[in-house]
Amino acid sequence: MISVMQTLRLALQALVRNRSRSLLTMLGVVIGVAAVIVTVAIGTGAETSVASQINGLGSNLVIVIPGSVQTSGARTGNGGASTLTVADGLAIVKLPGVTAVSPSVNVRAQLVANGQNWQTSATGVAPTFTVVRSWNPATGRFFTQSETDAAAKVAVLGQTVVRQLFPDGSDPVGQAVMIKNVPFTIIGTLTPKGQSGAGQDQDDTVLIPYTSAMERLAGSTTIGSLLVSAVDGAHIASVQSQITGLLEQRHGIVGGAPDDFQVRNLADIAQAASATASILALLLAAVAAVSLVVGGIGIMNIMLVSVTERTREIGLRVALGARGAAILRQFLIEAVVLSTGGGALGVVLGVASSAAIALFAGWPASVSPGAVALALAFSAAVGVFFGYWPARKAAALDPIRALRFE
Amino acid sequence: MTPVVEVRSLRKVYPLEGGDDVVALRGVDLTIEPGEFVAVMGPSGSGKSTFMHIVGLLDRPTSGTYRFAGHEVSALDADALADLRSRALGFVFQSYNLLARTTAIENVELPMVYAGVPAAERRRAAMEALDAVGLVKYAQHQPNQLSGGQQQRVAIARSIVNQPQLILADEPTGALDTVSSEDVMALFGRLNAERGMTVMLVTHEADVAAHARRLVSFRDGHIISDEPVRAKVLV
Ligand SMILES: Nc1ncnc2c1ncn2[C@@H]1O[C@H](COP(=O)(O)OP(=O)(O)OP(=O)(O)O)[C@@H](O)[C@H]1O
Ligand SMILES: [Mg+2]
Repeated sequence: MISVMQTLRLALQALVRNRSRSLLTMLGVVIGVAAVIVTVAIGTGAETSVASQINGLGSNLVIVIPGSVQTSGARTGNGGASTLTVADGLAIVKLPGVTAVSPSVNVRAQLVANGQNWQTSATGVAPTFTVVRSWNPATGRFFTQSETDAAAKVAVLGQTVVRQLFPDGSDPVGQAVMIKNVPFTIIGTLTPKGQSGAGQDQDDTVLIPYTSAMERLAGSTTIGSLLVSAVDGAHIASVQSQITGLLEQRHGIVGGAPDDFQVRNLADIAQAASATASILALLLAAVAAVSLVVGGIGIMNIMLVSVTERTREIGLRVALGARGAAILRQFLIEAVVLSTGGGALGVVLGVASSAAIALFAGWPASVSPGAVALALAFSAAVGVFFGYWPARKAAALDPIRALRFE
Repeated sequence: MTPVVEVRSLRKVYPLEGGDDVVALRGVDLTIEPGEFVAVMGPSGSGKSTFMHIVGLLDRPTSGTYRFAGHEVSALDADALADLRSRALGFVFQSYNLLARTTAIENVELPMVYAGVPAAERRRAAMEALDAVGLVKYAQHQPNQLSGGQQQRVAIARSIVNQPQLILADEPTGALDTVSSEDVMALFGRLNAERGMTVMLVTHEADVAAHARRLVSFRDGHIISDEPVRAKVLV
């Protein structure tokens, strides 16, 4: 009786004898597996980046923005109401389940420093902003509560602004910057955050005390939004409904009258976004799996051709004492070697393409070992499944007819 | 001593669609003792190849009995027949049937692969078989680098490598020129005379049959004569 190792050798010899055809046969599976790896890599990459971007917004963040108001029949859009005040924020801090609140006041402003200028959004916030957005200074420091109370002219620069204003690489901390022609002192720079989920450059910003933004730049008494941090994920819903109740009361909204504010919960947005990303990944993987099956059919096709073409060889092997099972095993192993060989090449190609895509297109792509294992197992299964029928045909050949076959 | 081949009332019928069955063998009796060298002759379609296939355990008779080296063949299943072929039978074909793009020595090793012989032992036995056919120098050559006569000698090395109890050759010189035919037949003669190998071969040529020591003639599925070969056979 011939051992499995020997059969494997025979199968490999047969494949090597038809080198170029073996490679071409593998191509379908190579492409299928590479496609699976790349799509899953892009899918999971997108998922993790969405998750990390949303986490980067701050843990357990609840955002309160002004709603729409109606003035003599004309309704503004969301954010049109300028009804949110600092006092609203101070009231929200006192709610149970809330750890910190920071107002946020946005002003488009031209910045001049170091002989360079740059337009960006100056954002007025409170010192609690570092907690609420979990965003800390990289160099220097953040401003303090007393600086906020005094509407001090201090600024913390985002990394994009640093690059634009200090392209020479000099240290911005301690230098002066003109924001809307008001001189501020740079006291720190922020750690880089990258793009937001919406594709915005979060580092293209300058943070100043909200008091300074309101009094010195905007000249307003209302604020753009309130960033609220809940104790943990489980408290987000109750914090949301408490804020709604509190603000309705404070803004005198009764009965069924529409609110002049909106309370948004980032966890929901995060979940929806990552669900979308994973559905996308699943869909891509399904398309890739279909191409793997097509690759498997290619293998079956070639194996059938191979059985016909090698009829004499099969007859000879039977005459020399090969049992039917040995012939079946050899052809099955040939198919499995083709498919897993193609799978292995596909993994290499897929990992390389994922890396290339991550590098050049800037898409996040992370190859998971699970996807690699799955693709390999699947391609082996494809070989067994699509190789069985041709192998059965080979084993069932009548040796005499096979030897007469010209 | 147990005969290598013991055939009684062997019949082979190929059923044909449309009713007209082809009767290829109509009651053949033959006994071959170890060490015999038998040539089989007969007109085309007389049943020679059919007989060889049954004797070679590649096909089963429609009726009659066949004992191969004492084994009642009808009692054996397909796997047992395959194992007997790998251990006790050697085949030589008209068209050599060597594996392409495979070295001579690997071709010679093939029957031992199926018999489960370990690699080192296979190498040794294959080298010895190549030596017996005078082709040691060509061990690493592939079939397309060998002449027809050399290819057939590799095929003969392959047929003897397992020390079989019977070598079957169906028109082994059919594709060869006169000189190569003589070489191949002389080789069969030596294997028979010096190693006591039992050989049965089919041929259409009288001077090929002259190398054998016994001549069996077929006609219409019968054996019509069975006689020792004299020094010179006249057709
Ligand atoms: N598979 C088959 N199906 C039907 N008839 C067959 C089959 N194989 C052989 N025959 C018939 O059986 C008869 C004997 O054939 P066989 O091949 O044994 O002749 P042969 O003596 O070897 O002839 P040749 O000298 O031409 O090789 C022929 O009439 C042939 O047509
Ligand atoms: Mg014939």
